[in-house]
Amino acid sequence: MAKSFAYETYPYRRSSDQDASTPVHHPVVVVGGGLVGLAFAVDMALHGVPVVVVDDNNQVSTGSRSICVAKRSLEIFDRLGIGDRCVEKGITWNKGKVLRGDHLLYAFDLQPEPGHKRPAFINLQQYYVESYLVDRFNELGVGEARWLNKVTSVAQHDDHVALTIETPDGPYDITCDWLIAADGVKSAVRHALDLPFVGETFNDHFLITDVVMQSDMPTERRFWFDPSFHGGGSALLHKQPDSVWRIDLQLGPDADREEEMKEENILPRLHAMLGQDAKFTIDWGSLYTFQCRRLEKFRHDRVLFVGDAAHTVSPFGARGGNGGIQDIDNLAWKLVAVLNGSAPDSLVESYDAERIPAADENIMNSTRATDFMAPKNATMALFREAVLDLAEHHPFARAFVNSGRLSVPDIYENSPLSTACDADASDGLPPGSPAMDAPITVEGRDTWLLDHFGGHFCLLDMNQDGAAHEDPGMHVFKIGRDFQDTHGMAEQRYGSGIYLMRPDQHVAARFASFDADAIRTAQRHALGGT
Amino acid sequence: MAGLKTTPNLNRTDDVYQALIDAQEVLSPADAERFRARLILLLANQVGDDEAVQEAIASAAEGLENADGS
Ligand SMILES: Cc1cc2nc3c(=O)[nH]c(=O)nc-3n(C[C@H](O)[C@H](O)[C@H](O)COP(=O)(O)OP(=O)(O)OC[C@H]3O[C@@H](n4cnc5c(N)ncnc54)[C@H](O)[C@@H]3O)c2cc1C
Repeated sequence: MAKSFAYETYPYRRSSDQDASTPVHHPVVVVGGGLVGLAFAVDMALHGVPVVVVDDNNQVSTGSRSICVAKRSLEIFDRLGIGDRCVEKGITWNKGKVLRGDHLLYAFDLQPEPGHKRPAFINLQQYYVESYLVDRFNELGVGEARWLNKVTSVAQHDDHVALTIETPDGPYDITCDWLIAADGVKSAVRHALDLPFVGETFNDHFLITDVVMQSDMPTERRFWFDPSFHGGGSALLHKQPDSVWRIDLQLGPDADREEEMKEENILPRLHAMLGQDAKFTIDWGSLYTFQCRRLEKFRHDRVLFVGDAAHTVSPFGARGGNGGIQDIDNLAWKLVAVLNGSAPDSLVESYDAERIPAADENIMNSTRATDFMAPKNATMALFREAVLDLAEHHPFARAFVNSGRLSVPDIYENSPLSTACDADASDGLPPGSPAMDAPITVEGRDTWLLDHFGGHFCLLDMNQDGAAHEDPGMHVFKIGRDFQDTHGMAEQRYGSGIYLMRPDQHVAARFASFDADAIRTAQRHALGGT
Repeated sequence: MAGLKTTPNLNRTDDVYQALIDAQEVLSPADAERFRARLILLLANQVGDDEAVQEAIASAAEGLENADGS
């Protein structure tokens, strides 16, 4: 457990389900109250759908694990109601250095693109994000979290899923219509259903530690290839809130887990890096090997896999947690529509169609970064050396240096839910892409476009015509009427036309002009209808 | 873009060929390999056309067998 964080212990409460003579039935049960399961539960609660979250633990993430929260996650967190807390606590950074040996190869400054509410990414420990999600879930008061409830068996039936749950008071059974498996990389649900988790495991070990250190070192990401303080591997130093610094040290394939985890062996490594007289305390540490694997399908009848239970990646590029957050953003509204009867069951199929390509992209990027950092063969090593040789003096070569390509949101290019665009496609956003933010003014008040989307279907009317339209049965935001595009950035990013936005802020369709019938058809299509 | 050029595109072809040989002859096999990797990267960037570079990669691989015989 991270020492710098004040963990709250969430109480185990006996549920009346444990006293029932026959298993109690719930519409939706979420296995795993980690980052992704909690985000899903909050999203469902916002839709007024109570879910039961069961978690085998009673505290948030043991270590800081995920530290890099990408812009798209922050936008989703805004919708879920924890965006401000994350950004207030988190560290926004733009600068970094890449070193080779002890020698600076180059420095970079990722100047943020103007006109977005949220930065490209912040650093914030996973336990903070999870604790904000628990608070938000409790505040909404819809649904229930059951701590110290461990799922030990899962059986899929035609019209329900049956679970056995172990508690301090012994086991009990429940059933549900939909089971969300958010139980992490070792997913008990995945094992119970005996589903293969296909992909690659990398050989190298990485020692990941957080240290608490008062230091006036700048807030920048430092990455070393083969530093002299750490023979034969790469090293990373990155800052988190509360004066916590993340250190990754690559240890190679033969590291002895037990030995390497001894404080007496970690300390000299850290002192070599931070200085012999550096004053710090170890806050948390773990030794990892990484994998890039996924399930062949994320939907198995009534069981839906999200987050690390569905797919796992090495952390280079921060795509694990960020990818999982996008999973639930994609899934929650669909399940809500199925549960309230506004969409057929088949809508849930589109979760696979949209999130599997996204997982593959994350896996591809994470694999490439891991291969660059820990070359698996002579060719990889040769080209990496060549890239590093050139990078100091030739800016072009820096583009090849790969210590993680940071998570960007996926565009659901071939989504079965999208309607082909009949507007001028040379500008604006194609169907399937996430909405882009822009600063706007509403009733004289400065605000952001994305703060107005989400949770429901809505229309963004970018056409500067004065026409009155037939009521399309959903909220219409018209540029020039409801939204003032004071900085011209909405037009820059969206061009013209009418956008049909999904509840997850992705574009479902774009039309050149307003046609209520076409809009209704596109909405039906986006709800899985034909 | 136009894709990979396969017709002569240099003026002093023999000089370029000789320079390639000369630069590597003085190197150890390991350094020569490193030299070639650097050169490939420099030239790929110079080409500035992703498609042409991909075609060149495919062209260079033509007729060579996979090491595992597949
Ligand atoms: C060193 C490291 C650095 C990382 N850095 C980043 C980063 O910068 N950015 C990023 O986006 N991602 C990062 N990740 C990945 C990120 O931590 C994971 O992708 C994320 O935790 C996945 O969330 P999850 O909810 O799917 O799974 P988890 O967070 O693992 O949660 C699973 C939950 O299920 C519970 N559970 C398990 N089994 C059962 C059971 N049988 N019954 C009931 N409950 C159960 C567990 O107690 C846990 O609470 C990093 C990971 C590591 C290890």
